[in-house]
Amino acid sequence: MVTFIETLRSPIERKAMATSPTTVLRVPPAVAGVDRDMDMSQHPAAITARGMNFYYGENQVLFDVNLTVPERSVTALIGPSGCGKSTFLRTLNRMNDLIEGTRCTGEVLIQGQNIMEPAVDVVLLRKHVGMVFQKSTPFPKSIFDNVAYGPRVAGERNRAILADLVESCLQKAALWEEVKDRLGESAMALSGGQQQRLCIARALATNPQILLMDEPASALDPASTSRIEDLIGELCANYTIVIVTHNMQQASRVSHQTAFFFEGNLVEVGPTTQIFTSPSQKKTEDYITGRFG
Amino acid sequence: MTAHFFIEMERLHRHILSMCSAAEELICDALDGLRKNRSELAMELSGRDRVVDEWDIRIEEECLKILALYHPVANDLRRVAVVMKIALELERVADLAVSIAERSSAMSQFVTFPMPSRLDEMAREALSMLHDSIDAFVEQNSRGARDICKRDDHVDQLNDELIQEVVDVMKQRPELIEPAMHLFSVIRHVERVADHATNIAEDVVYLVEGAIIRHPRLPRNAGGLLASRDS
Repeated sequence: MVTFIETLRSPIERKAMATSPTTVLRVPPAVAGVDRDMDMSQHPAAITARGMNFYYGENQVLFDVNLTVPERSVTALIGPSGCGKSTFLRTLNRMNDLIEGTRCTGEVLIQGQNIMEPAVDVVLLRKHVGMVFQKSTPFPKSIFDNVAYGPRVAGERNRAILADLVESCLQKAALWEEVKDRLGESAMALSGGQQQRLCIARALATNPQILLMDEPASALDPASTSRIEDLIGELCANYTIVIVTHNMQQASRVSHQTAFFFEGNLVEVGPTTQIFTSPSQKKTEDYITGRFG
Repeated sequence: MTAHFFIEMERLHRHILSMCSAAEELICDALDGLRKNRSELAMELSGRDRVVDEWDIRIEEECLKILALYHPVANDLRRVAVVMKIALELERVADLAVSIAERSSAMSQFVTFPMPSRLDEMAREALSMLHDSIDAFVEQNSRGARDICKRDDHVDQLNDELIQEVVDVMKQRPELIEPAMHLFSVIRHVERVADHATNIAEDVVYLVEGAIIRHPRLPRNAGGLLASRDS
């Protein structure tokens, strides 16, 4: 007969369960997710903004912004509409150059180089600093051609190399399994969530070090949003990601570092866990708790 | 955050204050009963303990609902977490009140048993700590809360001295072992009340400052969070 004491789990069994809780929690073990305990002070800076001011004509929209983004981490930019977070994001690959009458002072260092200098090759810069927008923007081409577009523009013509690259990028964007049998079909036929992941794959095809994301999941349903967030968690092992989001919960879920902008000023930046449990600035607390904005 | 959220938070605050008041009255009456030898007190307090238990469950349900529906962050998150913890402490304080009344009732049969005078001092200090910790919660006074934590050492010292006195009585007068055992339990319960008051005070510090001050010897980073988590 089995005694009562024999029905109890041994400490060793308990320990085994603690190291592998996936059975109990029913979570897929493969998802990497964002490591909240990552010590970002050990990561060198991927982007350093110093004394950045930005103007639309006479209207100044960013005031003396100083922000360091650590390599291979996710930084979330939050703040109410019009606070300057998207302007700041677009400055990081000089997308604002395309808007007439804009002006930027201060410096933004990427790999030790001030990208605000006129001599900087912006095409090369945007190859290193990819961007994903709020609304998915697939080209009216095939899935394959969308991902291969950047490398082709850069001069790559070898079909085998392009095929390997397309597969690799679609796998990194967690889209390969869904589209591998229909790479020749139009990208426009994909769902919204798939189109957004295709845009991420396209951004990865130029082998960037930094990915900028401007509200990448705001137009997606919860399941697609979840896939994009999982993807961010996996990509940050190899890429530096800066994401603008209005969704506080998304910022708290996906990022290591959160920066709060208000009326063009960087009010507070710090580890996401700290910002969402004990922010140091009253304004940050009022914003993330919904007291204003 | 919606107006509904603020209404829910206000309601939660009213409810935890009601529970504070119910639990504080219970322990106050239980300690008062030590002096008055009221044998029927235990049954009365047991009935009132049910009210505190009901608050405990209701407040936990309200906290879980707020967490699930509104995903509070920053001071709102800390407040919900702290209210859940304080409710747990108060529920235990109310249980202790019933236990003290039961022991007090049992001791009332031994009218010649000498009640140590310092028990009254210890009870007053524990009660005062509980009262002050609840005040600190209401006033969000983290400095006051930190002071309460320091006062627990005095209660611990009284506990040690009184326990020694009880042991001496049991050694010298074996016929008093039974009431001495009841007194021993009462002393331990009063000491636990001070511990719960200290826990509430520590929760208040977390609510106001975001810093976890339990286990001060553990390494922490600047944000007040544990520098490394258990693997």
